[in-house]
Amino acid sequence: MKKTIIAAAVTLAAASLSTQAMARDSVWIAGSSTVFPFSTAVAETFGRESSFPTPKVESLGTGGGFKLFCSGVGVDKSDISNASRAIKKSEFDQCQENGVTEITEVKIGYDGIAIANSKSGPALDLSLGELWMALAKDVPNEDGKLVANPYKKWSEINKDLPDVAIEVLGPPPTSGTRDAFVELAMEGGCDSFDSVKALKDSDKDMHKAVCHGIREDGAFIEAGENDNLIVQKLIANPNAVGVFGFSFLDQNADTLQGAKIGGVEPTFETIGDGSYPVSRSIYFYVKNAHVGTIPGIQEYVAEFTNDKAWGPDGYLADKGLIALPDDMRASVAEQAQALKPMAAPAK
Amino acid sequence: MSNSHADGAPPKRTIDVVNASLKRRYARERRFRLVGLTAVILGLTFVGLLFADIIAKGHTAFVQTYIQLPVTFEAETLDPAGTRDPETLARANYQAIIRDALRSEFPDVTDRRGTRALGSMISVGAPSHLRDMVLANPDLVGTTREVWLLADDDIDMLMKGHINRDLPESERRVKDQTVGWIEQLEAQGRIEKRFNTIFFTTGTSREPELAGIAGALMGSFYTLVLTLLISFPIGVGAALYLEEFAPKNRWTDLIEVNINNLAAVPSIVFGLLGLAVFIAIFGVPRSTPLVAALVLSLMTLPTIIIASRAALKSVPPSIREAALGVGASPLQTQMHHVLPLAMPGMLTGTIIGMAQALGETAPLLMIGMIAFIVDIPSGFTSPTTVLPVQIFLWADSPERAFVERTSAAIMVLLAFLILMNLGAVLLRRRFERRW
Repeated sequence: MKKTIIAAAVTLAAASLSTQAMARDSVWIAGSSTVFPFSTAVAETFGRESSFPTPKVESLGTGGGFKLFCSGVGVDKSDISNASRAIKKSEFDQCQENGVTEITEVKIGYDGIAIANSKSGPALDLSLGELWMALAKDVPNEDGKLVANPYKKWSEINKDLPDVAIEVLGPPPTSGTRDAFVELAMEGGCDSFDSVKALKDSDKDMHKAVCHGIREDGAFIEAGENDNLIVQKLIANPNAVGVFGFSFLDQNADTLQGAKIGGVEPTFETIGDGSYPVSRSIYFYVKNAHVGTIPGIQEYVAEFTNDKAWGPDGYLADKGLIALPDDMRASVAEQAQALKPMAAPAK
Repeated sequence: MSNSHADGAPPKRTIDVVNASLKRRYARERRFRLVGLTAVILGLTFVGLLFADIIAKGHTAFVQTYIQLPVTFEAETLDPAGTRDPETLARANYQAIIRDALRSEFPDVTDRRGTRALGSMISVGAPSHLRDMVLANPDLVGTTREVWLLADDDIDMLMKGHINRDLPESERRVKDQTVGWIEQLEAQGRIEKRFNTIFFTTGTSREPELAGIAGALMGSFYTLVLTLLISFPIGVGAALYLEEFAPKNRWTDLIEVNINNLAAVPSIVFGLLGLAVFIAIFGVPRSTPLVAALVLSLMTLPTIIIASRAALKSVPPSIREAALGVGASPLQTQMHHVLPLAMPGMLTGTIIGMAQALGETAPLLMIGMIAFIVDIPSGFTSPTTVLPVQIFLWADSPERAFVERTSAAIMVLLAFLILMNLGAVLLRRRFERRW
């Protein structure tokens, strides 16, 4: 009896291994967790409305996605890589080395990072500099010397800010949102101090360390990758401020208010026209060598770059995607549908 | 005992010593009982709170809002040629007939914005529902029927009270205009909540109202079946060999220590191993029940081996001696007598190991299970997710309606875990023998 079970298990395993060599019939997308909600929405619509099977979308993070994408050509490698930043030169070179020579870059829109608190708390109007002062590990004192961040309350930074303790819930270093927040908000903020800005020319590494260093004395709390959790905690604690993707602010507009950054409120419009400073572009990358081998890649790209999906009134806008400007969208769509391979990135 | 004292003082008897300390001893015992009882009550309170919270958040996911509309299956739109060809009917524009139905229900809405808002009350899954209706019964074309259409998740949230109608309009996802329409429909009895069959019959979706757990449930089922097939024979075999046949020397000691250690290894490590060995070297396809089962088998093996060895140990040696005494070979002794007696204990260990595997996410992160897969898996090598991963993915979705669905999925997972553990307890009750 048991022998038969073992035999069955072995045959089963063997049978399944042999099917592996067969071609894959569905598109395989992997990468950023920021692009995941958009990519899945397109995949689902694509699966429902076309004759192709629904693509499989994996959430591995931007870096993990590129690692898989650039590991070679074949049915056991992903076809499309989602990214919440542009591909790096090192990743592009890795691709080239492994035979992934032709890659089509598709910029799909913008994603804002909201700095928000509960509606029952005070409304915030911060400059990037103030945000940096609140969260940096070391800040310059009156003489321009760097000292460990002494600020405990927002009002100590600027007396117009509320008189409550600085308590910011944000993503951990493994998150793409954290990377973008550090690059866009923190780096933008620290350069508003001349003494720190001067470092950029004299000591680049030091400048980076000062600008990117987030305080570890309890004022900044790493609240985990789950943005919903941050939202829940903000509702429970009106004095806390959270850092998370704009789509979560949009979905929770009844309980949360976004802080104005440099006087600009985070909205679809301000992120789309670039006036809201903490926003970034998001992308996906197509492996041209797989087109024609794996059915449906080109059709998926066409579905994504269709105005009914990524346009300002498309279904991705409902999911929180901020569309590219009209002329840009048209040109990106044209290049994407023609699968025009990208040139090597500069850095 | 020497109680002979010359000074005339009454001799101190043992009973007096005992009596003197008795009060203290009773008090100590009462304190211990009290502490124990408090711990149990505290534990139960937290479990109760957890369950109450999950059920309070999740019970609403088992119903779903539907809107009743008189839908005209316009022959002009659906089948202009009049051939009733299934191909044509499948491709027809069902969105258009829903739009027409809404328009005739609310004739005073004419501007583009209003029409859009009107259209967004109905789920994007409604057209395919109408298509299925027509394909099942082509005679519907040309008629008008009252149809209950699935409402959008925002409407569903409003109906369930998760969106507060009293808030100012700017702070609500559902605007006053839409609330007005909903109230009109409510007055006519054309909007109601029904049992949510979609939740149990479909795969996941980006639209909360269309999202179901069937895909993840089937994925968990395939994974567990395969895990059981792999780990049970190997685990029981290993336990039998180590306990009954292997010589006791330094090597077997080393193996024993390592098995015990493996049981305490963080499960993510098994995921990394799976990625490096099963996927990278053996080329097992990613995101499939097969690779998940291989990884989870590694994780449950130590649990099964340890439980099986304990079960074998509890079989009295007299059974073995008697069997050997009447001429059974060592293997016959084990297979005919020891193994059947140890089986209930082994099965209990296996069920607990399986329950652990059912609730595990960490090792699956590494092998491509954190994926959006709509289609319900059809076998051991089709891409799939499992229940805990589905919960993880929903908990991470921005849409408000996924909060209740996450809790509902947790309830389903918990129900299965409780059933499995109950099975283990019953098995033990029914078959366990004491000597």
